Amino acid sequence: MSIADDPATDAPGYKWVGSRPIRPDGFDKVTGRAKFGADHYLPGMLEGHTVRSPHAHARIVSIDTSAAERVPGVKAVVTGADFPAVEGDAMARNVPHNSIARDKVLYEGHLVAAVAATSREAAKAGAEAVVVEYEVLPHVLTAAEATAEGAPLLHDDMITNGIDPAPEQPSNIYQRNILARGDLDKGFADADVVVEREFITKPVHQGYIEPQACVADTTPDGHTTLWVSSQGHFAMRDFSAQVLGWDITRVKAIAAEIGGGFGGKTVTYLEPIAIKLSAKAGRPVKMVMTRAEVLKATGPTSGSRMRVKMGARGDGKFTAAEIVLEFEAGGYPGSPVMPAAMTCLAPYDLENFSVEGFDIVVNKPRSAAYRAPGGPISSFAVESVVDMVAEELGMDPIDLRLTNAAVEGTQAPYGPKLPRIGMVETLEAVRDHPHYSAQLGPNQGRGVATGFWFNAGMNSSVVVHVNPDGTATVVTGSPDIGGSRASMALFAAEELGIDMELIRPVVADTETVGFNDVTGGSRVTHATGAAVVEACRLIVADLRARAAKTWDVDIDEVEWVDGQAQKTDGSEAPLSLKDIAGKWDRSGGPISAAFTHNARGAGPAFSTQVCDVEVDPDTGVVTVVRYTTAQDAGRAIHPSYVEGQFQGGVVQGIGWALNEEYVYGDDGRLQNASFLDYRIPVTSDMPMIDTILVEVPNPAHPYGVRGVGEVGIVPPLAAVANAVYQATGKRFTELPINPIRILEATMGE
Amino acid sequence: MAVSVHFSAELRMLTGGIASLELDAATVRSLIRQLDERYPGIGERLTTTGMAIAIDGDIVADALFEDLPDGAEVHFLPALSGG
Repeated sequence: MSIADDPATDAPGYKWVGSRPIRPDGFDKVTGRAKFGADHYLPGMLEGHTVRSPHAHARIVSIDTSAAERVPGVKAVVTGADFPAVEGDAMARNVPHNSIARDKVLYEGHLVAAVAATSREAAKAGAEAVVVEYEVLPHVLTAAEATAEGAPLLHDDMITNGIDPAPEQPSNIYQRNILARGDLDKGFADADVVVEREFITKPVHQGYIEPQACVADTTPDGHTTLWVSSQGHFAMRDFSAQVLGWDITRVKAIAAEIGGGFGGKTVTYLEPIAIKLSAKAGRPVKMVMTRAEVLKATGPTSGSRMRVKMGARGDGKFTAAEIVLEFEAGGYPGSPVMPAAMTCLAPYDLENFSVEGFDIVVNKPRSAAYRAPGGPISSFAVESVVDMVAEELGMDPIDLRLTNAAVEGTQAPYGPKLPRIGMVETLEAVRDHPHYSAQLGPNQGRGVATGFWFNAGMNSSVVVHVNPDGTATVVTGSPDIGGSRASMALFAAEELGIDMELIRPVVADTETVGFNDVTGGSRVTHATGAAVVEACRLIVADLRARAAKTWDVDIDEVEWVDGQAQKTDGSEAPLSLKDIAGKWDRSGGPISAAFTHNARGAGPAFSTQVCDVEVDPDTGVVTVVRYTTAQDAGRAIHPSYVEGQFQGGVVQGIGWALNEEYVYGDDGRLQNASFLDYRIPVTSDMPMIDTILVEVPNPAHPYGVRGVGEVGIVPPLAAVANAVYQATGKRFTELPINPIRILEATMGE
Repeated sequence: MAVSVHFSAELRMLTGGIASLELDAATVRSLIRQLDERYPGIGERLTTTGMAIAIDGDIVADALFEDLPDGAEVHFLPALSGG
């Protein structure tokens, strides 16, 4: 289902944009030819194995690698001592010390050493022979524990930022942020209804299927080639160089195909280790994480403790919101508490509010970005309270949201006025969908929630070549995670006016194309796509100039229509792209154009979702029986992949709401480090996720694109929780809402 | 080029509580220089700690050389990327 805004003026008749061709990389993906991180093999390649901390918090007293180096087949061993010392605070230590520990380990799974050997078995034996002496320290696992009086400190030198005057004593709080506007006291005094609740969420993992994997080949001249599965091979190059203390030019990174990332592959783990092992051994080294390593040492997103207080008048208008967010950052600072603070009230036009956020280190893996980082967490709390306010007022939850909805010109809680947005359109789309008025069955409930995400622009570089046979090559540096090759080819086909089958989209290495930021922030179709459009427009200008030369006329007398140069007076037979390309060497040389930019104008995205659940009163099992999501895509370049992004975000959010959590023992060790015990949803758990494609074009993009990859995961946590409330009469403020919690809440009824 | 500058609650700790002001500046760099003269230390905060800038609602990372249109509304906010 699709809803276009002002279709008469905003939906021009594109030939390729908006179509659903098979993705250019599809055949390789379904036939197993595509090479993912672990699929690269080089002559003489060694296998790497890691040594990781069994303790949540400990001082490293000594590391003895001598026995490991004597294990047959072992060619190299590295420890933190092989990497440059790091000056600076806990944030400065973040990337290098998380890659490999130096004096302390800060979570179970923290990398301590690594071994490269001629076989996986030899590498494992070598790793087992590394002797590490630890002085075990007391640990803290939650925000509450980390901020308690006398809590053990992870970083002895960490003074909380954002407090005036600055504290004199170190603590586990790295940063305090605050967003505030208006008069809270007046706002709550004006309220007819005030609701206040505390919420708890647990760390959850991005759950990508492909573990982190890379191959590094470091040559004797000190340069390395790195094949890596990541969301940004430029970032992997730069992070690796930082950890190694190398010039960036010593690392050439090649993007492998990627089996899921969702934010978790925007940061480095194995890459600098593999490079250093390869440098020491003088041979290529492959490193691949196990699932347990992935769960213990990468990702996850933060656990949290939150308090939300909201007030509203009798007519539904929100008068005030006061929110405190405490986010667990893991062993190093950098939780997504700030974007969480900035997003949770963004769907609404609100005059009086305060959102205070705390970035708190705990003895868990360092948190990493996860799809709309922080947004789902804080929106779970706010959208649950909005549901409670609706109930208190006796209002329909969508009507309440419409009463307060942000529109173009609304001043966002993070500062600026919002540009053209589709918040109201997503609410109306759900309200008017048959799902919203469908009859519910016994033990069923329906919940609604909405969500916001900024979307990002950032840096992209592309090159477009027109080949002599009339085909074109589109070279980008953005790893293709969600079908971006197809989108780039569609843009180029639309601009050049040739068949998409004649476009070859390529993801190039870091020495072949200019810098590209990570494929994250829902930015690639917007930013890299706009760069492709601009490069193609340079190509078209060049093609028109060559046609003008051919006809000996001014370029203004030549226009580009349907892939042909046409003389405006019709006095010459048109020249096709293929005609002009075939004479490239006689008309000015190769036909090629590059475009780079720091993209602006990423249009914010909104999603509104409605969820029906059925709760089994005997087992406490919650089944999602129907789900519909309406999201503003601006313009769907490839609607199938856009709908796939909508659905993927929803499914991950449902897993977060119902099943997923990191479970720790008292010893600080993760108890469920496998996909058997850490249960992500599978197809058989899900109903069909119905999608409503709302298209309110982003005026800052040549095709109206808004990023679509992230906002879809923001509403499901609250949508599910609100539906469970309607089904059971019990309000769940702690995730996941698993059968144990359901039965604890309903027992005795 | 008169522009209005708006400070987050956090940045107000560096401006003595001032929430907004008007300045003449044609580029972001010029604006930050002037702010640093008024509020010593704010320049470093705005250029070295992952700040982005919103110019008339359009968020730009690494915006030091961006032009400021006359009458622009400028907000400083944390740099964001995403997942």
